[in-house]
Amino acid sequence: MHLGTRIGRLTIGALFAGGLLYAPTSFAGKSNDTLVYASDSEPESVSPYHNDVREGVTLARLAWDTLIYRDPRTGEYRPMLATAWKWLDPLTLDVELRQGVGFQNGDKFSADDVVFTFNYVVNPESKVVTKQNVDWIKSAEKRGDYEVRIHLKTPFPAALEYLAGPTPIYPKAYFQKVGGVDGYSRAPIGTGPYKIVSVALGKGVKLERNANYFKDSPRGQPSIGKLEFRVIPDHETQVAELMTGGIDWIWRVPPDQADALKANPKLTVVAGETMRVGYLAFDNEGRADAKSPFKEKRVREAISYAIDRQAMVQNLVKGSSHVMDAFCFPSQFGCQPDAVRKYSYDPAKAKALLAEAGYKDGFDAEIYAYREREYAEAMIGYLRAVGIRAKLNFLKYSALREAQRAGKVPLGFLTWASFSVNDASAMVGVFFKGGDDDFTHDKQIIDWLNAADSSTDPVERKANYAKALGKIAEEAYALPLFSYSSYYAFTSDLQFTPDADEVPRFDLAHWK
Amino acid sequence: MIAFLLRRLGLALAVAFTVSIFAFALVRLSGDLATTIAGPEATSAQIEQIRIEYGLDRPLWQQFDDWLWHAARFDFGRSFFFREQVANLIAGRLPVTLTLGGLALAFALALALPLGIVAAIRPNSWIDRLALVLSVAGQAMPTFWFGLVLMLVFGVRLRWLPVSGTGTWRHFVLPAVALGYYATPAIMRLTRTGMLDVLGSDYIRTARAKGLRWHTVLLKHALRNAMVPVVALVAVQLGFMLGGSIVIEAVFAMHGLGYLAWESIQRNDFPVVQAIVLILAVFYIGLIFLADLLNAWLDPRLRTP
Repeated sequence: MHLGTRIGRLTIGALFAGGLLYAPTSFAGKSNDTLVYASDSEPESVSPYHNDVREGVTLARLAWDTLIYRDPRTGEYRPMLATAWKWLDPLTLDVELRQGVGFQNGDKFSADDVVFTFNYVVNPESKVVTKQNVDWIKSAEKRGDYEVRIHLKTPFPAALEYLAGPTPIYPKAYFQKVGGVDGYSRAPIGTGPYKIVSVALGKGVKLERNANYFKDSPRGQPSIGKLEFRVIPDHETQVAELMTGGIDWIWRVPPDQADALKANPKLTVVAGETMRVGYLAFDNEGRADAKSPFKEKRVREAISYAIDRQAMVQNLVKGSSHVMDAFCFPSQFGCQPDAVRKYSYDPAKAKALLAEAGYKDGFDAEIYAYREREYAEAMIGYLRAVGIRAKLNFLKYSALREAQRAGKVPLGFLTWASFSVNDASAMVGVFFKGGDDDFTHDKQIIDWLNAADSSTDPVERKANYAKALGKIAEEAYALPLFSYSSYYAFTSDLQFTPDADEVPRFDLAHWK
Repeated sequence: MIAFLLRRLGLALAVAFTVSIFAFALVRLSGDLATTIAGPEATSAQIEQIRIEYGLDRPLWQQFDDWLWHAARFDFGRSFFFREQVANLIAGRLPVTLTLGGLALAFALALALPLGIVAAIRPNSWIDRLALVLSVAGQAMPTFWFGLVLMLVFGVRLRWLPVSGTGTWRHFVLPAVALGYYATPAIMRLTRTGMLDVLGSDYIRTARAKGLRWHTVLLKHALRNAMVPVVALVAVQLGFMLGGSIVIEAVFAMHGLGYLAWESIQRNDFPVVQAIVLILAVFYIGLIFLADLLNAWLDPRLRTP
């Protein structure tokens, strides 16, 4: 998202080194109880169902509440707008709602709002952008003033996870009064700990603490008085603003800049692991080429042994990233990295496997990638060392995805962030359950995943995921590489903890 | 003069039309719009649904035809990305870009014209050398880098001016300098060359011989004639500044038209890209037309074909 970064970063780095950027005072932030945070992009609409950027998710979690709350630190589900929930059968979920909760305009929260929200978002006319977050809902039905029944299209055990994340509740009366989503996105309200007081398209959003936030909320009461979100596209500018105290918090700081910022005593730099997992996708079915070497298990195994993922983590990705063994993120329900075959770095074994598979002299291949060119280049180096002469084909994401769906990608360096959904179905389910993006079609894995996803019994789900993930690793259908890490930099006056789902929770932050 | 005007207008329309065809085609070539709009994690079914919702399943010529007829009535449709009318989006961002472009040009002229004139009067003096150094530096430095340096020195170190944003006039100072400085060398060198040519000509000697005062000769006779090529250049430079402020707008977080264009290109938000390209093309054509008029006023010989 930034222009001409390298030279800019070097400039900033040089000036840091020269001590030119030492910031003597800080005048925003703690002193006026306003936390100004910046990011490089803006949500196209503040309405949480009508944008799919992180900045929108951040606002959604600040100004709205969901039925269920997943404690980001323990992973435990706790009541929020719902007080209790019960599965009648795999297609029907009964929810009891909390009484005495109010929206930020004073309207009382009740079953009408929940029913309205869910029925609204599944209606195609609502033009919801985050379709994958609500596609599992068939409809919602009012059973009493504080009782709601949710009907599902198909069994979907991750439903609780979705009800605890990307499904905030809208105020029915207010939404209709302001004339639908266009009016609503200019002056939205929710029940959340912060109230949006102004929305300036292209500039940012201002929020204030919701003084009437309901007392029993599992999130507790917000501490910081005012929040301001500013859109600053350029990373160097963000750093300059942070240095002068013009803003208090930035994220996605590149590793080299993070190192430079650490030298400043007024700033705190922390690394947080994220749910984004990088992986190599192989053309297991030989769709790009009927004689594709990637159809051969030993070739895929060879590549899995050829790449020094640990070295990449230490020298390139850095921060809090880890090597991934299973095709999922470890905190996701069902993800069991210990239950799968592990590939260590062993180029000799890789060469032997290639020779065994009939590629003694290696072969030419094309690797497709869309982000972190340097990671792709490092992998090309490792592949060359064992005889695979890979050429980089760097595309925009949409183009790569199209090419992959059209079966034109023999080897792809891809990543997946699971939409921050803490359930393995959000990753392994997308690529191995026979859907649009399943380019393997392993019948056995499809069956196991279907069994896992149609059961509401956690033990059974886990057992089936272990089998599916185990076979993916055994057959080397894909090579999980590493988790991504993100650096956060903020004023040392602030107490802030990053979470793996990359949702900055300013409602849990406070001044020191 | 009327024929001249009409010819210019017809040419302008033809250019605008050609530009819109190019913009339309280029946006389509850069990737599937429905896939981009649907977002990274959408399924094929969702993508198909969006294709139909946004009318992207229709033949290309039909989509273009539809757009063109609406655009002719200043209805640029709705942004695919922002839930907003394109016309509103542009109207909201245009003032920032126009202010920035205007200030940058003012800065460039204020620096380039006096320096160029003085350099021409005293060729090879220290001030001529200084002007040369300034113009080489201006040409060599990438704008974003110069912008960052200005930001670090005046915003971070000295704290004289705000680092980024568009809140007050003070926010415009650094970006206008960064953007304007880039245009300075060309204007300055052209002014210097033009002045040198003119100052060596017979009519200047005659004017001097008539006993006119030196500064009258300089401003009324020499400068007026030396300005003809400069005016044309300035019009082009202002066009560059309006369309080319993308980098500066991004560096200084100034949410203007340039930044909107860049954002929209990234997201394949083609109604916005199309509208911006068209509007900038129209501006450009307008500026060149203005330059022609101005030159016709400066140099009467140009008025008769």
